[in-house]
Amino acid sequence: MAEITIDGIAKSFGATRALEQIDLTVADGEFVALLGPSGCGKTTLLRIIAGLESATSGRIVIGGRDLTEVPTRRRGLAMVFQNYAVFPHMNVYENVAFGLRMQGADEARIKARVGKATELLHITPYLDRYPAKLSGGQRQRVAVARALAVEPPVLLMDEPLSNLDALLRLEMRAELKAVLREARTTTIYVTHDQTEAMGLADRIAVMHGGRIEQIDRPTAVYERPATTFVGGFVGSPPMNFLPVTIANSRLELPGASLPAPQASGALLMGIRAEDLTPVADGEGLPFDIAVVEPLGAHDLVTGRSGQTLLRVAAPAGSGHKPGTRIGLKPDPKRLVWMDPASGRAIQAQ
Amino acid sequence: MKRTQSRALPYLLLAPSLVFLTAIFLLPLVQTIALSFSESGVASLGNYRRMVSDLNFGLALRNTFLLVLVVVPIQLALALGMSVMIEKIGRGRDLVLWVWTIPLGVSDLAAGLVWLAILQDRGYLNSALYGLGLIEGPTAWLTYETPGTLFLGVVLAEIWRATAIVLVILVAGLQLIPKEYREAAEVFGARPWTIFRRITLPLLKPSIQTALILRTVLAFEVFAVVYAIGGTNFPVLVGEAYTWQNANQNTGVAAAYAMLIVVISLAATAIYLRVLRVPAEQQP
Amino acid sequence: MSGLKRTVFWTGVAALCAWVLVPIWLIGLGAFGGRTGVFRWPKSLWPGDASLAALQTFLAVEGVWPAMVNSIIAALTCMALSIGLGAPAGYALARFSFRGQNTYRLLILLTRAFPLAILALPLTVAFIRIGLYDTAFGVGLVHTALALPFAALVSASLFQAIPRELEEAAWVFGCSRWQAFRKVVLPLALPGIAAAAIFAFVISWNEVFAASVLSVKNRTLTAYLLTVLAESPLHFRFAGGFLLILPSLAFIFAVRKYLFAMWGIANR
Repeated sequence: MAEITIDGIAKSFGATRALEQIDLTVADGEFVALLGPSGCGKTTLLRIIAGLESATSGRIVIGGRDLTEVPTRRRGLAMVFQNYAVFPHMNVYENVAFGLRMQGADEARIKARVGKATELLHITPYLDRYPAKLSGGQRQRVAVARALAVEPPVLLMDEPLSNLDALLRLEMRAELKAVLREARTTTIYVTHDQTEAMGLADRIAVMHGGRIEQIDRPTAVYERPATTFVGGFVGSPPMNFLPVTIANSRLELPGASLPAPQASGALLMGIRAEDLTPVADGEGLPFDIAVVEPLGAHDLVTGRSGQTLLRVAAPAGSGHKPGTRIGLKPDPKRLVWMDPASGRAIQAQ
Repeated sequence: MKRTQSRALPYLLLAPSLVFLTAIFLLPLVQTIALSFSESGVASLGNYRRMVSDLNFGLALRNTFLLVLVVVPIQLALALGMSVMIEKIGRGRDLVLWVWTIPLGVSDLAAGLVWLAILQDRGYLNSALYGLGLIEGPTAWLTYETPGTLFLGVVLAEIWRATAIVLVILVAGLQLIPKEYREAAEVFGARPWTIFRRITLPLLKPSIQTALILRTVLAFEVFAVVYAIGGTNFPVLVGEAYTWQNANQNTGVAAAYAMLIVVISLAATAIYLRVLRVPAEQQP
Repeated sequence: MSGLKRTVFWTGVAALCAWVLVPIWLIGLGAFGGRTGVFRWPKSLWPGDASLAALQTFLAVEGVWPAMVNSIIAALTCMALSIGLGAPAGYALARFSFRGQNTYRLLILLTRAFPLAILALPLTVAFIRIGLYDTAFGVGLVHTALALPFAALVSASLFQAIPRELEEAAWVFGCSRWQAFRKVVLPLALPGIAAAAIFAFVISWNEVFAASVLSVKNRTLTAYLLTVLAESPLHFRFAGGFLLILPSLAFIFAVRKYLFAMWGIANR
């Protein structure tokens, strides 16, 4: 178990900059998810931590040891790969034992550790099988067991669930959380799936264009996005951003007066779909309904307020009709304000 | 109508090549067997008896086997080394690959002549040795009086010419192995040599098998290289078949030699298929 | 890599490049050096008295030109036939599942375990009977047996790599099977097939045994050189060897991009 310090890591491939000055500290036993769209640099960062790629500048410190110049094999890490990388020519037992064998552990210790890890992942019945005879989910379990068997100070996971089908992914997600809580290993987990990051992580680092846009607890990232990108990327549907004009430190709407963080001028008002309540036309924000999608738990209503596209989560069966106009009342406690030029959040005074 | 047509289509597409292979591969094979077992139209083992009792037979058999046993393992080791090097080259990889695969397009006859130019009495090797003061003048290495150096010359020419095909098959095979396997091994603490031995080599087994089969069968057919370098000073099996066919005008004995080479080739293939087998369950 | 390791590594790479290239350079010197060059002692690594005259003399020798023409005819025959017969078979293997498919694959793979050129021996009799003996076309036929299995396997995997959906889309938009093949599949597979064709050419151009057995007067370049080898002077042999290598260099350069793709897939 160890603390990870990522200190000013930058990476360029020729002229293109993949990572710009990443600083991140992961506490001992903490689970941090690196979340972002493809090409945001999250996998590159993970591979730099693993030593599979070298950074252009910066340092990686794990457990107080500077590993920047240390080759991968001496970093003492464990990793779960996106396509699992479970060795096809070794059976499950040998796969899980691989890391221990590389450490030169004796047979009794290997046996005990492999037994423990495979039990934790419920793959004890398959110890003699070769990966070709396993399902995707089972291979995934072998990959995780192989990583946990070495009882690593740090566990790296690169999109480990993305090759599973939706139902299995949900199941594995819950199981992974339970297993990792028990193992209490410092974990860095790369994913592009925001529900995975929300569900698993202690903290989420949202990455975009080679930078970390925000790092915080999942609920904070969801409720108080630091940038419009984070608001748009985390949560489904994405956060609504409505350009508004402020006067006298307030936003005046028909039937509502909301406090704003600055005296006057243009701002972006960010609000989640479920924090807009449909009311009668003439109250709140005017909203022209374009499409209604009944999703079961609620109705997703898409339409326009002026020029801006908005999405609203209305109660299921609320009977809204496309082509009609209603009003929307924002929940004043759940508003975020963004600077329209920089796209960054403005802290309320 | 449409249905039967589309069911017949694959057979129609295969038919021409099948007819061709029957005419130029299967029929000649049967004819070779028949020819080797008949003397002036009568079934007999005479051709084989003549082959075995021929003065050059034992020598040719020994030389051919010796060549295969020396050349093929060296080529495999060399090609493995080269393919691992190729993986490590960043810039310039394509150029190096092209250079290393040039011999792939070189005929065995031409390869023999290339090494003749180097190894002949007044050749470049002797010039270099002379320059170093190791010999006093033109020296013959490729006569029947110097079987050792003649053999070495043939070995050099064969390694020079035919390592490229092994290299190509191995490089192609390496490209099929996802790099994550090696990365995973590295993360879990394996040293480069351990990764090569425990991950790369086992996963490369199918390619090694293909390369060895192809290379060994071709190595048993060695002929033009030997002929270009040493003339008839270094008898090999195919060379004997050629002599019996062309100089002695005896197709029967030539066919017996051909059958011997067929049997050896098939046996070698069978051995490789067995020894380097990858069980279905262990395939990726 | 550390500095020392890097130096050792690149020295190794350079040495292996030299191992391939220097012998070709040396036979080039032998080819251009002519009679005087061959007897020079000790030899120099640089072309002192090299001239085109030596090669011209070689080409003027009776029989050399016709032999080259024969080689080209045989190689073109081999190229056309192995692709013409092999590509349809490859398409059938790639796109249909039918009874006998595995048997055919096995037959194709089996050819690898046989010394094919040596099986040309009994063909002399049949070729004499049907008038193919001592013709470049007949030699090309036998060389096709060498190149055809390769062409079939390579084109099978080339076609397999082209998504079936592309073809199906063409059918949906009204193409016949043949039109879809010609307009959608063929353009995508063409570069790879061209590479396989060039490879077939090289196989034929380089083959010695079958070519020597199946001809007396109309010899290919390899067969011609083999028969005159014993009684011809060294510089003549070097010129011949060099001329044999020359087209191969260009061909391997042309197919270099496909070499590994071809072999990677022809493996399975």
